[in-house]
Amino acid sequence: MKVKKMLAFAASLAVCTAMFAGCGSSGSGDTTAPKSEDTGNTADAGEAKTDAGSGDLIKVGIINNDPNESGYRTANDKDLKATFTKENGFDASFAYSLKNDEQISHAQKFIQDDVDYLLLSAADTAGWDSVLKDAQDAGVKVILFDRTIDADPSLYEASIVSDMAKEGQTAVDWLKSQNLDKYEVIHIQGVMGSAAQKGRSGALTDTANAEGWTIVTEQTAEWNAEKAQQIVQSVIDSGKSFNVIYAENDDMAKGAVAALDKANISHGVGKDVIVMGFDCNKWALEELKAQNWNYDGQCNPFQSSYIKDIIDKLENGETISEKTIVMDEKGFDAATITQEDVDNYGI
Amino acid sequence: MPSNALKPPKNSKMPGIFRHQIMIPIAALVLLALFNLIADPSFFKITMGQTSNGDPVLTGQLITIIDYGSEVAILALGMTLVTASSGGQDISVGAACAIAGSVLLRVLCGTETSPEKLHAPIIVGFLVSMLVAMIFGAFNGALVAFFKIQPMVATLILFTAGRSIAAWVNHNQLPNVNEPSFGYFGSYIPGIPIPTPFCIALLCFLVTFLILKFTTLGLYVQSVGINEKTSRLNGLNPEMIKLMTYVFLGICVAVTGFIKVSRLSTINYSVVAKDIEMDAILAVALGGNALSGGKFSMSSSILGAYVIQFLTTTLYKFDVKSDALPAYKAVVVIILVIMSAPAVREKLSQLGKKLRAEKHTAESA
Repeated sequence: MKVKKMLAFAASLAVCTAMFAGCGSSGSGDTTAPKSEDTGNTADAGEAKTDAGSGDLIKVGIINNDPNESGYRTANDKDLKATFTKENGFDASFAYSLKNDEQISHAQKFIQDDVDYLLLSAADTAGWDSVLKDAQDAGVKVILFDRTIDADPSLYEASIVSDMAKEGQTAVDWLKSQNLDKYEVIHIQGVMGSAAQKGRSGALTDTANAEGWTIVTEQTAEWNAEKAQQIVQSVIDSGKSFNVIYAENDDMAKGAVAALDKANISHGVGKDVIVMGFDCNKWALEELKAQNWNYDGQCNPFQSSYIKDIIDKLENGETISEKTIVMDEKGFDAATITQEDVDNYGI
Repeated sequence: MPSNALKPPKNSKMPGIFRHQIMIPIAALVLLALFNLIADPSFFKITMGQTSNGDPVLTGQLITIIDYGSEVAILALGMTLVTASSGGQDISVGAACAIAGSVLLRVLCGTETSPEKLHAPIIVGFLVSMLVAMIFGAFNGALVAFFKIQPMVATLILFTAGRSIAAWVNHNQLPNVNEPSFGYFGSYIPGIPIPTPFCIALLCFLVTFLILKFTTLGLYVQSVGINEKTSRLNGLNPEMIKLMTYVFLGICVAVTGFIKVSRLSTINYSVVAKDIEMDAILAVALGGNALSGGKFSMSSSILGAYVIQFLTTTLYKFDVKSDALPAYKAVVVIILVIMSAPAVREKLSQLGKKLRAEKHTAESA
C-alpha cells in the first residue's frame, strides 16, 4: 500500500512540475522549475518543446456566433473556413457561441493556447476590455470582424465591419423616398444590444422622430421568426392599423409575413403593407423578385478576404493605416431587382 | 383520469372541486381574464376573417392563445408523465424539437434547400421524425431509468448537443418547403376556421385521455413516482415505466416539432422552439403538479400551458417589451414555488385552523 501511495504522489508531482515548466517557458522564458530535483524526473523537457514546434503556420483563433443562427452566419462561417486553411498557411481553431460570457472564456482559452491572431465577432458590444488587455499583454493580435465592440481602439489591430447605421440609414432613406401618405411602422428588432440592432434601430428611430412617423409597436423578436410572427399577430389582433414592417433581418420579416398571410393583409409592391428585411438571404431576394417584399438591405458576410489582407500586411511588418474598415453594402428594391442580383448577392 | 385520486379527504367542509389542484390554473386564468376585461374588453372579441387564400378563419386574441399555446400544451402532456414517474424534468425538449423538425425537413427536401417537389409524402416525413424523437426520448429515458442519473442532468446532454445534431442532419442548410399543404399544419386547413395546431392538440389530448382511461399507465406512473421500491414489490417494473414516459414525451416532441416547422415552412436550428422546455415545465408546475413526482393531473397541466400563453399574449397586447417576458414568467414561478413549499403550506393550514378555532370559540361563547 505504502509503495503505491508513494508512487502516486511521485507521479502527480511529476505532472505538476511538467505543467509549471510548460507555462514558464512559454511565458517569460524562466529557467527550469525548481522542484524538478525532488522527483529526479526529466518529463518537463519534453513538455516544454511542444510550444516551439508549431512550425510556419500562423495560429489563428476564431470566435464567431453560432453558424446556425442565420443564413448570414452560415455564409460567414463558410467563407472563413474556406480562407483560413492549412493550404493557405493557417492553423485555425473555431469557437462558437451566441453568449458574450461564453465567448470571453473562449477568448481566454485561445490566449492561453498562444494563438498569433484572435479573430472576434462579439455577441455583445460590452465587457471585452479586460480580456483584450490580456491578449495585448500576451502578444496576441486581435482583429474584429462583423461586429464592433465598446473598447479602446488601441486594444485591437483592425475592425472589419458592416456599418449597420449606414445599412439602416440606406433602408430608411429608401422608405422615405416612397412618399407614403402615412407612415405607421411595426418595428421588429434583433437581439437588443447587438450592433446590428443598434444601427438598424437607430436609423429608423431618428428618422421617425424627425419626420413624425408613427411607430405602431417596437419589439425585439431576437432574430426569431416565430417571435416576430407572434408580435405582428398581436398587433393585428388588437386592430391597430399599420402599413410598414421594418424587420431587422430576413427571418423576422418572414415570420411577420406569415402573420399577414393568415389575416389576409396584402403585402409587397403596390399592396397594403411594405415589407422590409435585412441580410439578403437568397430566398429573401427571391421573395423580393416575386414582389412579395419591398426592400432588402445587404449585410456583407464575406469578410475573410479583408481579414487575410490585414494579416498579410501585419506579417510583413506594415502598419494598418485605417483601423476601421467598412465593407461595401447595397440595398435592393423589389421594383428594380434582377435575377443577376439574386444569384450574386444572395447568401 | 387519475386526477380522481387527488380528491381531498371526505371530512373537509369545502366542496371537492375547490380543493382540487386544477383550481390553481383556473384561478390564474380568471385573474388574467378579469385583468383583460377591465383593461380592454376588446381582448375577447372574435371575428370571422379570411386568409390571403380566401379561406374563412376565426381571428382574435383568444384564437391566438389557443393557436400558439397548443405546442406547449402538447409538450406538457409528456412532461407531466415524465415528471410524475421520474420526479424530474426533461430540459432537452426544445433541442429535441429542433432535431425532429430537422429530420422532417431532411426527409421532405432530400438534400435540396428549396425543392420544387417534395421527396416524400408529409406523413412519411412525420413518422420518421417521430421515430427519431422516440429514439432520443428512449436515450434520455434509459439514462434516467437504468443509470439512475438525475433527469435534469441526463437530459442536459441532449440539451447541449441537440441543436448541433439538428444542424448536422441537414448539413447546416436551412431548407425551405414550397408545398403549400405543408403550411396547413401550422396555420389553417382550407375550410376549417379553427387553427390547425389547436385541432392537433385536441387530438393529442383525446389520445392521452383514452390511454389514461383504458390502460393502467396512469396508475403505474403515479405509483412509481411515489415509491419506486414498493412498486417493484408489487410487481411493477419501474425502469420500463420511466422509459415509457420518456418515449411518450418523444412523441409529443415530434408533434410539436412538426407544428413549429410547419408554421414557417422552414427551420432555424438555433432558435426553433427556443426555451420551450421552460414553458412546458412551467405548465406542469402551474397545473399544481408536484415537480418531485408522484400524483398528477393531466387536465391541470394542459390548462397551465394555455394560461402561460394567455399571459404572453396579454403582455404582448400591452406592448410589454418581449425580452421582459421571462421576468414575468419568473414572478409566476416564484409565487408557485413559495406557495407549494411545505413550510408555507404548513403555516397556511395552521393559520386556517386557528381562524376556524377562534370562530368556533366565538360562536360557542
